[in-house]
Amino acid sequence: MAQLDVREKLEILADAAKYDASCASSGTAKRSSAGQKDGIGSTEGMGICHAYAPDGRCISLLKILLTNSCIFDCHYCINRKSSNVRRARFTAKEVVDLTLAFYRRNYIEGLFLSSGIIRSSDYTMEQIVEVARSLREDHGFRGYIHLKTIPDADPLLLEAAGRHADRLSINIELPTVAGLARLAPEKDSTRIEGAMGALKSSIEDGRDAVKRYRSAPSFAPAGQSTQMIVGADAATDRDIVGRAASLYDRHQLRRVYYSAFSPIPDASTVLPLKRPPLMREHRLYQSDWMMRFYGYRPQEIAAAADPASGMLPLDIDPKLAWALRFRESFPVDVNRAPREALLRVPGLGVKAVDAILATRRWRRLRLEDVARLTRGIAKLRPFLIAADWRPVALADSADPLPQAAAPREQLELFAA
Amino acid sequence: MPLVRLDAEDDSDGWRAAARALALAEIPPDRISWQVGDAPADLFADAPGPLPPPVAGAQFGVPRRFVDLAESVILHSDPQRFSLLYAMLMRLRREPGLIGDEADPLLRRLEDLAKSVRRDIHKMRAFLRFREAPDDDGEPRFIAWFEPEHHILRANAGFFVRRFATMRWSILTPRGSLHWDGDTVLEGPPASREDAPEGDPIEAVWKTYYGSTFNPARLKIDMMTKEMPRKYWKNMPETALVPGLIAAAQRRESQMIATAHAAPPVHANAAKALEALREEGAHCTRCPLWKPATQTVFGEGPADARLMFVGEQPGDQEDLAGHPFVGPAGQLFDRALAEAGVDRAAAYVTNAVKHFKFERRGKRRIHERPNAGEITACRWWIDQERQIVKPALTVALGATAAHSLLGKAVTLSKLRGAPIALPDGSEGWVTVHPSFLLRLPDEARRAEEYAAFVTDLRRIGERVAALA
Repeated sequence: MAQLDVREKLEILADAAKYDASCASSGTAKRSSAGQKDGIGSTEGMGICHAYAPDGRCISLLKILLTNSCIFDCHYCINRKSSNVRRARFTAKEVVDLTLAFYRRNYIEGLFLSSGIIRSSDYTMEQIVEVARSLREDHGFRGYIHLKTIPDADPLLLEAAGRHADRLSINIELPTVAGLARLAPEKDSTRIEGAMGALKSSIEDGRDAVKRYRSAPSFAPAGQSTQMIVGADAATDRDIVGRAASLYDRHQLRRVYYSAFSPIPDASTVLPLKRPPLMREHRLYQSDWMMRFYGYRPQEIAAAADPASGMLPLDIDPKLAWALRFRESFPVDVNRAPREALLRVPGLGVKAVDAILATRRWRRLRLEDVARLTRGIAKLRPFLIAADWRPVALADSADPLPQAAAPREQLELFAA
Repeated sequence: MPLVRLDAEDDSDGWRAAARALALAEIPPDRISWQVGDAPADLFADAPGPLPPPVAGAQFGVPRRFVDLAESVILHSDPQRFSLLYAMLMRLRREPGLIGDEADPLLRRLEDLAKSVRRDIHKMRAFLRFREAPDDDGEPRFIAWFEPEHHILRANAGFFVRRFATMRWSILTPRGSLHWDGDTVLEGPPASREDAPEGDPIEAVWKTYYGSTFNPARLKIDMMTKEMPRKYWKNMPETALVPGLIAAAQRRESQMIATAHAAPPVHANAAKALEALREEGAHCTRCPLWKPATQTVFGEGPADARLMFVGEQPGDQEDLAGHPFVGPAGQLFDRALAEAGVDRAAAYVTNAVKHFKFERRGKRRIHERPNAGEITACRWWIDQERQIVKPALTVALGATAAHSLLGKAVTLSKLRGAPIALPDGSEGWVTVHPSFLLRLPDEARRAEEYAAFVTDLRRIGERVAALA
């Protein structure tokens, strides 16, 4: 095979990585190059999206695979060994040079490196770690590094990965164990979760050490995340929310990413036969948000789903869906209700709720006061009592709000 | 009307000093006119004069939040910002706690101004693009052209210093410029776009990345423009690709719909992938059938075959030979294919179950029908063979094969003789297994069934030709 130049490799290996949903570069330790003799880069806690693609996703990191060759054959994956995509492989140096060249021009916040598995898990992980090591040690790179780790790899390699990286992630791949067994039979959910558990304790140990000894090396200061594919198997939203909640609890993940399955059968030039379920993905992110910031328990989100199908409505957001199912909890008095109750009002975000609470010390809020603190009042009115406003009780009113429309069933690509 | 002259648009120290003196002198907000540098003053303003003399011993504090808010708001390009801030200051003198009244209209207006400034600062950090150009001494310098909306250039310098401390860089804007030599920030005059260099070769590589990381299956143009408004596009190299990417995504999608059921392209890699699969299949232990069997009998035929036959499982002779359809049933199958005018060499022939299942009776090994569990275990292989070969038409020979292909037990007679749409968009057919013909005791019945089998095969051959 003719040698590919770096640009051709980049084309193949960026394309191969684009199905991974995670891209955030936030939440790591602060670093700076100010006053340093050499090296480059900084992180300031908040990640920066340096560009947006027409698919609406942000580009924050150089997100590529080291190679898209893989000894595994997971059905949902474009890089599975039976796929006919063009294969390419970067050297560690090529990735390092690309990252630095892009970083110097302010195109990116850093690198997100993943890889197909070649030869063995250890060999592949070694290559991934070598890129991060070289960036940090040979080039003094202080930007963000996110490494995808391989669950089976030697713990020493994972240790090294955590020393160099800001964030580590292990993909849970599919929301149910049955789905994983069917679509990725060579992967094993027990091993995956075992590796997540090990990472969790390394991260905790690292935090602890940094607290005690200033010179202790940090271990993945931005924590660990995971990704699951939505829409490749028959898992319901209720299954997915439950799985995500248990992952957050058990392994203290920073984020669970949901990636709508693009049923792209083969080469990247062939589009899927069906658009990926983007709205479903969006609703799952909203439900994730509800768990992390609004204090909903996973069972409550499950209760917002359709009882028969277990799916969240696609036409309304899950917070509104919950409110419509539990109408007895509304309306809520903006001038009296506790924070937790206000957070459940559809259309009120965390910022608006905090602003309402601060304002209550100064005045009794009227509807127009609430309007100044939020994006729009129309959606809120049926759920709120204000100084000058009392809605007809929701439970008594004829349905004033959109109801779940026609049944929505997602087709399964690998339906038996 | 007192006129206050500030040194620069972002002169927050100047504003604070003046505002403090004016507030202590109890000058009301509507009596003051604020002016920056030599900009023309308000028609009714006085000539700039000295600020009111400091009031002896008078001090007043303002909440920290107001100080921070004022620092941001002063960077806004709205000329009203100074007087709005002063009005707020006057109110806070009497009641500093009012800064917590979030619903207050003036506070909201100031917060909106501050938010717009913060956004502009963030977008500059995000969307500014350096280009490499040699300095006078031949060393590399990175130069950027950016057009901020507000007076944020100086306030944002720290970020670029912290990040690119060991690089030499310049940021040129219509409102002024910054130059960093690795040691100090020098301020320069406003610049124009022509002052910035063009043509950094890395730009082409970056564009390659931008184009490749875009997933055409997920077009969301509104999301993109919400976060990356068009006003920034002209100074970002990658955005030149956007119209092409959008157009191509839509074109590729409509083409895909138009040709959804056309023949998939033949890939050069298929033969290799099939070889790897066969190699792997040789060690299959997915169900217990591998133990008594001699070897895995994998499918055979061209990797780009348009027609695939799926039999039940290897028999006694296949198990020994390692090839499918070589025993008595295979020979009958060959004869029927020849009569029907179908070229077996062009077809891929395989079995639903890859290991011989048998019951030993004396010295003979008698074929035993695979059960549903074994069929399901072996679907792993047949699915992959079908994914690699991508036949336009797959024929299930017999009930076991049909079970494997369709994922459930079916009645052959009900499905026979008509195309079945398979989930991958290709076509499936079912007919009897040739060994069924061998087992018929009645000669007349056998001839009849054989003729029906040949008829099926002929129709299948014609159908494959038609699908081409």
